[in-house]
Amino acid sequence: MGKMTGAQAILECLKLEGVEIIFGLPGGVLLPLYDAIYDSDIRHIIVRHEQAAAHAADGYARATGRVGVCLATSGPGATNLVTGIATAYMDSVPLVAMTGQVPTTLIGKDAFQEADITGITMPVTKHSYLVKDARDIPRIFREAFYIARTGRPGPVLIDLPRDVTVDELDFHYPDIRLPGYNPNLKVHSLQIKKAAAALMEAERPVLYVGGGVKYSDGHRELLKLAERIKAPVTTTLMGVGCFPEDNPLSLGMLGMHGTKYANYAIQEADLILAVGARFDDRVTGKVASFAPQARIIHVDVDPAEIGKNVRVDIPVVGDAKSALSELAKAVGEKPWSPWNEKVAGWKGEYPLCYATEGESIKPQCVLETLYELCPEAVIVTEVGQNQMWAAQFFTHRDPRRFISSGGLGTMGYGFPAAIGAKMGCPDKEVFDIAGDGSFQMNIQELATAVVNEVAVKVIVLNNGVLGMVRQWQDLFYEKRFSSTTLHRIPDFVKVAEAYGALGLRATEPSQLEGVLLEAIESEVMTVVDVIISPDEKVSPMVPAGASLSEILELEEAVPSREAQRAYAGSSASEILELEG
Amino acid sequence: MLHTIVLIVENRPGVLVRIAGLFSRRGFNIDSLTVGATDNPDYSRMTITVEGDEVVLEQVTKQLNKLVNVIRVSEMDPKESVDRELAIIKVAAKKEDRSEIMQIVSVFRAKIIDVSPRSLIIEVTGTNDKVEAMVRLLRQFGIKEMARTGKVSMVRGTKAVGP
Ligand SMILES: Cc1ncc(C[n+]2csc(CCOP(=O)(O)OP(=O)(O)O)c2C)c(N)n1
Ligand SMILES: [Mg+2]
Repeated sequence: MGKMTGAQAILECLKLEGVEIIFGLPGGVLLPLYDAIYDSDIRHIIVRHEQAAAHAADGYARATGRVGVCLATSGPGATNLVTGIATAYMDSVPLVAMTGQVPTTLIGKDAFQEADITGITMPVTKHSYLVKDARDIPRIFREAFYIARTGRPGPVLIDLPRDVTVDELDFHYPDIRLPGYNPNLKVHSLQIKKAAAALMEAERPVLYVGGGVKYSDGHRELLKLAERIKAPVTTTLMGVGCFPEDNPLSLGMLGMHGTKYANYAIQEADLILAVGARFDDRVTGKVASFAPQARIIHVDVDPAEIGKNVRVDIPVVGDAKSALSELAKAVGEKPWSPWNEKVAGWKGEYPLCYATEGESIKPQCVLETLYELCPEAVIVTEVGQNQMWAAQFFTHRDPRRFISSGGLGTMGYGFPAAIGAKMGCPDKEVFDIAGDGSFQMNIQELATAVVNEVAVKVIVLNNGVLGMVRQWQDLFYEKRFSSTTLHRIPDFVKVAEAYGALGLRATEPSQLEGVLLEAIESEVMTVVDVIISPDEKVSPMVPAGASLSEILELEEAVPSREAQRAYAGSSASEILELEG
Repeated sequence: MLHTIVLIVENRPGVLVRIAGLFSRRGFNIDSLTVGATDNPDYSRMTITVEGDEVVLEQVTKQLNKLVNVIRVSEMDPKESVDRELAIIKVAAKKEDRSEIMQIVSVFRAKIIDVSPRSLIIEVTGTNDKVEAMVRLLRQFGIKEMARTGKVSMVRGTKAVGP
């Protein structure tokens, strides 16, 4: 391919990796690279804060399954990426983050805008590179993309000193040679046999499914397996959408704000098949009393996850999709059982529900209405109550249509991630379900969305407070609302308008449907300010450190619309009883 | 319990930091760590002794295996392996103590590698226990300075830990 500069080589690598979009923001040491970007077909989106570049690349990756790419200059640009990289790391999102660096001759001299970004990000990257020679660029980029997307995906950082982007090299894209990196994809047939036998023997099985199923595209195989053995399925926050929530076998989400019936099923199960999930403390509650009667089969592509938090009886290392497909073949058809009846009974008795008295708009109702109006929407969330309501009250039926910062719980993630998701899936309706606090953490990205004509719809569930923290103060700190009231929320409609976006507002229940319809029909960046009460709670709830059986109902009254749909007909009477 | 792990790692800048960082981040306790060349210039060999139960050991091994620059991780079975440590010890050596010190040196098959009017430098090689025993005996004379390499370990017989 002949001689080219390091900067040109970088763009050539990105092209060879199929990259179509980069989110970034330039700076001094990146001038040579940005000069090459000027001539490139790859689209570059300027963000207004580098944190948003990382989140946008992450949202793009989660929505499309491709590797997301972001770029920031040395020093402050690079450190601004850190939260976004950590967010991607915790949720195993394939990302390549490029950072500018001072010239190799100045590294270690506290040069202007020097930061040791490979050092700073070491604990939150799957791998990282400091390029010291332009000739290494092709090898390093090829390896970086390969490492980011294979095995358990994750972010890889490439630090690019200015001089290596200027130096010339003979471009040659080498084969990958990584003797120390061998992701275990192939599942062991003996382990599958053992797992299948355990599933056939079990009387009270539960499938507990995490993001690994989404990343391996294993949702069809999951459905097949679950339906064959009639096993109830619960998902983690990362797994939301991997199993259709309107399927009778669905238990919805488990854990701290999971459904009562998912948590009860876990506690009563005699066998748990965990797939691509990592027994996070928000899922297990008190780990010592998690699933006390169950044998555990754990399928994970990352061997280090197996046995990390709970003891495992049958480990299966490998890709979730192949494991599920093998398991579905290895098991026989099972009949609807007394266990299924018992679980169905819990579903009828303890549906997700919320109180409907009062004048104000119910946040739960916002999500239910949105589902009815736009069931195919991609739902991205911020963090807090908004996130939990979005997980609970929108009926999720597809993987990659629910995008949320789970492991790190990053406020400010949702909006830039929604921009990335929309750019990756321009034909889908993308909503960011936001809190007023979270939205203000990356609200400047309205400019990015408007300039690039990205029609994301932000629905702010505006309670005027840092609601999730306040909920804990309400329940566990005698309503001492220390520093959770935001006092003055900017007028989001005017803010939207100031940036050139459409601003809409709903203050009363009667306005809700109309405003949501207007947002759905809008073809531009839209912010919907939905005024809700600061006293709304996320319910049910397992208090921190308690066992899953100790799940509390904070809001009793009307079952969710999904519960009503599920029980329409035969058991409608039970629901009426509950309402009364 | 102390476990000995041998690693073959790529000989690249930053590898040591990745490994040390992993131990501190995950709360594993390193007792000793040595790094040195192998026969192949592309790889280095590390011997790490780590404190913890079987569960900790399993996590350490699995987490180390995830590092891209780590080629091989093997736990050493104490019965199936040999290990050595080297120490050099500067010990105060008054005239009247010299002969006793020399005796200890010869019993331990150690060596005196530097002599000066008031002190000697002794080199001792052996298992961790042997080095410890020698140090204990020399303490009575006054140890002025000590440098120890930490343990290196190798499987007995023809089996090899290599890349
Ligand atoms: C960057 C960051 N800072 C702080 C927190 C702690 N935190 C978790 S939820 C929450 C409140 C979020 O408020 P808002 O976005 O308004 O959402 P709400 O809970 O009110 O729906 C806070 C402060 C966090 N998760 N992320
Ligand atoms: Mg709020």
